[in-house]
Amino acid sequence: MITLLVIHLVIGAVAAAVARRLQSKVFWVTMLAPLATLAWVASVASDVYDGSPVIADHEWVAGLGLDLRFVVDEFALLMLGIVSGVGVLVMIYASQYFDDEDGLGRFAALLTVFAGAMTGLVSADSLLLIFVFWELTSITSYGLIGFKDRKSAARNAALQALFITGAGGLALLAGLIMLRISTGSDTLSGLADTTVAGSVASWAAVLILVGCFTKSAQVPFHGWLPGAMSAPTPVSAYLHSATMVKAGIFLVARLSPHLNELAPWRPMTLIFGLATMVWGGYRAIRQTDLKLLLAYGTVSQLGMMMAVFGAGTPKLLFAGTALLAAHAIFKASLFMVVGIIDHSTHTREISELSGLRKAMPVVMVASVVGGASMAGVIGLAGFLAKEAALVGLIDAGLAGFGLATAVFVAASALTGAYTLRFLWGAFTDAEGVETPIHKPVALFVFPAAVLMIPTILYGIADDWATHIVGPAAAALDEKAEVYHLALWPGFNTAFILSMLAVAGGIVLFAVKAPIEAAQAKLARRVDAADIFHGGLRRFLAGAARFVAVVQPGSLPIYLAVILLAVVTIPFFTIVGDVSLPVDRVLAESPLQAVVVALTMVAAALLALSERRFASVLLLGGVGLGSASLFVIQGAPDLALTQLLIETVSIAIYVFVLRHLPSRFKAPVVSGANVLRVLVAGAVGIVVFLLTVTVVADRTAEPVDAQLTALSYPEADGANIVNVTLVDFRGFDTVGEALVLVVAALGVVALVRSNNGSVPRPTDGRRRWRNRPGSKPTLPPLVLGRPSVVLDTILNAVFHIVMVFAIYLHFAGHNSPGGGFIAGLVAGSALVLRVITGRESLRSRLPIPNAYILGVGIVLVTGTALTSLVLGNALLEHHTWTLDIPVLGTAKTTSALPFDTGIFMLVVGVISTLIEALVGEPDAEANDVADRNEVTV
Amino acid sequence: MSIVLAVLVAWLFAVGTYLVLQRALTRIVLGLGLMSHGAILLLVAVGGRAGRPPLVGKGDDGAGIAAPLPQAFALTAIVIGFGMTAFLLALAYKSWVGTSDDEVQDDVEDLLSGLGGSDDGSDDEPWVEFEAEDHPDVSKRAKP
Repeated sequence: MITLLVIHLVIGAVAAAVARRLQSKVFWVTMLAPLATLAWVASVASDVYDGSPVIADHEWVAGLGLDLRFVVDEFALLMLGIVSGVGVLVMIYASQYFDDEDGLGRFAALLTVFAGAMTGLVSADSLLLIFVFWELTSITSYGLIGFKDRKSAARNAALQALFITGAGGLALLAGLIMLRISTGSDTLSGLADTTVAGSVASWAAVLILVGCFTKSAQVPFHGWLPGAMSAPTPVSAYLHSATMVKAGIFLVARLSPHLNELAPWRPMTLIFGLATMVWGGYRAIRQTDLKLLLAYGTVSQLGMMMAVFGAGTPKLLFAGTALLAAHAIFKASLFMVVGIIDHSTHTREISELSGLRKAMPVVMVASVVGGASMAGVIGLAGFLAKEAALVGLIDAGLAGFGLATAVFVAASALTGAYTLRFLWGAFTDAEGVETPIHKPVALFVFPAAVLMIPTILYGIADDWATHIVGPAAAALDEKAEVYHLALWPGFNTAFILSMLAVAGGIVLFAVKAPIEAAQAKLARRVDAADIFHGGLRRFLAGAARFVAVVQPGSLPIYLAVILLAVVTIPFFTIVGDVSLPVDRVLAESPLQAVVVALTMVAAALLALSERRFASVLLLGGVGLGSASLFVIQGAPDLALTQLLIETVSIAIYVFVLRHLPSRFKAPVVSGANVLRVLVAGAVGIVVFLLTVTVVADRTAEPVDAQLTALSYPEADGANIVNVTLVDFRGFDTVGEALVLVVAALGVVALVRSNNGSVPRPTDGRRRWRNRPGSKPTLPPLVLGRPSVVLDTILNAVFHIVMVFAIYLHFAGHNSPGGGFIAGLVAGSALVLRVITGRESLRSRLPIPNAYILGVGIVLVTGTALTSLVLGNALLEHHTWTLDIPVLGTAKTTSALPFDTGIFMLVVGVISTLIEALVGEPDAEANDVADRNEVTV
Repeated sequence: MSIVLAVLVAWLFAVGTYLVLQRALTRIVLGLGLMSHGAILLLVAVGGRAGRPPLVGKGDDGAGIAAPLPQAFALTAIVIGFGMTAFLLALAYKSWVGTSDDEVQDDVEDLLSGLGGSDDGSDDEPWVEFEAEDHPDVSKRAKP
């Protein structure tokens, strides 16, 4: 099965490649794809009809239970026969239909891919696979309808088809998923073993039906199908009569035996199906364009099949299968006839056609046979199928089916009328018109003519037809096996009704003039395409208004919405369930309460502050408060890290903010401010509730005990936090360190990218430097003015700090410390160095930053990968014990090089940041200042 | 856990939110700084009660230590917060250099699209109606 699908794809690709050279002969290449399917169908047919369906099962996403499962039973085989048989003929037809023109490659490729998608669709058993192929047919159909992409009519028609079938596809997906939820089966074949009941299943049925209605052009979703007639005729014959529009019918047929007991199923299929049948027929009898006439006729017939399959009694399933096959054959043939007429005369208008009878007799015979089959004339395929449908409807014994039968007969009369209109319009002479005709070549007529054979055979050899249709229907429902198609059913009710319908059709056609006049008045009022496009226009206008509301372009509003969403959702989860943790205390110690109070004050002052530097210092205050709280909590590593980070952070803040004015610009606007306070309050409250509830609702046992137990014995480290960072959760640390590197490189890139998207400021914009009263807020840090005192102290301290950093690095595994902390200590020594400003950072550091970062990354990832190479887990720990003479025994672990890497990374990151923020901005400022001096 | 710690966490988030909703980029960065302090304290606070530092050598059963795992998480968070602060500050600097302003302005593109300045389908191109008599290009597929 997969092979067949791949063949379609490959041939499609080849066709796209060679179309330029072969031009319209490319369809001989693409014909191979459906031909392969047809050959396959022929090869497995006897097996399948002997009762052993072809099953292909491929595992796809095993964890989700998604398999690629194909089951080709008799019904699928019949569909495959139609898809591939009509496919071959359409390809032959297309090779004659098209002159050499641009875009044929795309067209041929899409048509082939469509054939593949349809092949997959009818043979797929997995529900999700059906959806995938279903969508694929919608998408290829979009491309094929829009083939004449220079014409707005074609583009709009393609878009309309895509919108409607795409929306239906979404409904179908939801329906299939709900069906899976309610039955637990994700295959069609699996549905037989489940009971389908309940409200979920009912809603699933409704959604699936909506999907099928859109695909099979049922009222009120039918508008796209007449529109799709702007596609080239091979597409109309293949997609929009024989195959794609049958997809909805196909799925309804497949599901009907399982779902028809659900409350919405039968009423929906019956009402919408019959409404479609009548409306399509009604519209068809007033069309003057042969192709549109057929299109509305197709709508009508699809409605008929929907109603018949939807009812889903065994007899009607049998009848539906017969209808499906008969319709595909005669409708494809009739569409091809329209294409031939169009091609030979350059018109499809009834009033412009004359003399076709003489010019193309074979075409006329083919049309008459196809048309007679469509109208249900005795002795042809359509008659047998319609007869079976009538018998099924009369015998259904379900509520409302008496009325349904009457509607069916009335609609059949319409079918007779528009069939006559078609044949009359095409092959009688229009008054006073001499149509220029160039005769079609034999090969062009061949596909349309050859389809006469099954139509007639089907009608005459009723036993033979039954042998094909019967088992196919039985594949849907075993009980359908017992029925027969009958050439001569006898004078029963169904036969009389059938003849009544044909007679009614003749009468309707005979009195067409008054009917047409009445229709002309009414028809302008309601048009599905108008409704669709009007709706689309209103929808787009509504979308624009909606965007105006939700997307006002203001960052604070966006953030407020995001934050409110973030707190609202957990709020409704928590609110019913606020509980206090068992081990709660008001405060660990009075000291903790005091520190908390001070930190809160610092934060409050920060919010009110109007000066940049005061704010930064207050933030530092909050950081120090946090560090103190970490000490109280018993987290020395955290406290150390926090303190050091705070130090370096403040330095970084200062490096940047000295370029900005000392005060914040705008005083706070009061109205907006109330909103800000409200949002802030909401966030605060929810965070508080979350914090206490999270602890109280703990369900799993904390892993801390395990970490504690394993730390020393397994990882040879007493400092559990450090061991966690470099060993237990070392991979996290790798990621974290790399994030830091990326951030630092990002800073460098931002600061240096002056010629990029952000325009380099003109001298005029930078005039703030020279404007009296708005000096830069800080005197340049690095530029001149060395402080002798600071410098002297630094000279004394710098090396001590560095040695201390190295000590912390080695001690970290067992005492507070470690790579991060050591790196930060060394980094703050560098910051000190910059602040003294005697010399630039670059001249003091022996190694360029890039090397420090590089070696750090290599060490970190190298250590991680080495253990992997040695066959252990990532970052798995290893211990070495060294006996050094005189000094004694030294023990070290593989965590050491890892931590050294972290150390180097942190140093590298900080020195990179300093270089970016101190070196570059000031160098640039100096540049500008220098230039200004020169010009002034 | 300590309730005052939870109060502080909530307070830091609230004040941080207030600052983030301002227009000055510096204030936004400061607000995010407060929020990350809050988040780190939250990690520590939900770890449980205070205890002795999680340094557990040979022969120690680790009784009474503070939970180590939240500390490890918090440490990672602190460092990443630092990286983020540095990056945001560089952005603020860049904004200052580019516009001599660190105020966040309303996005003009967003405003325009909201006001219907862009394509909202209201152009006058008529949607075709698929009636053959009105549309010769549907009914007559003109072929050379």
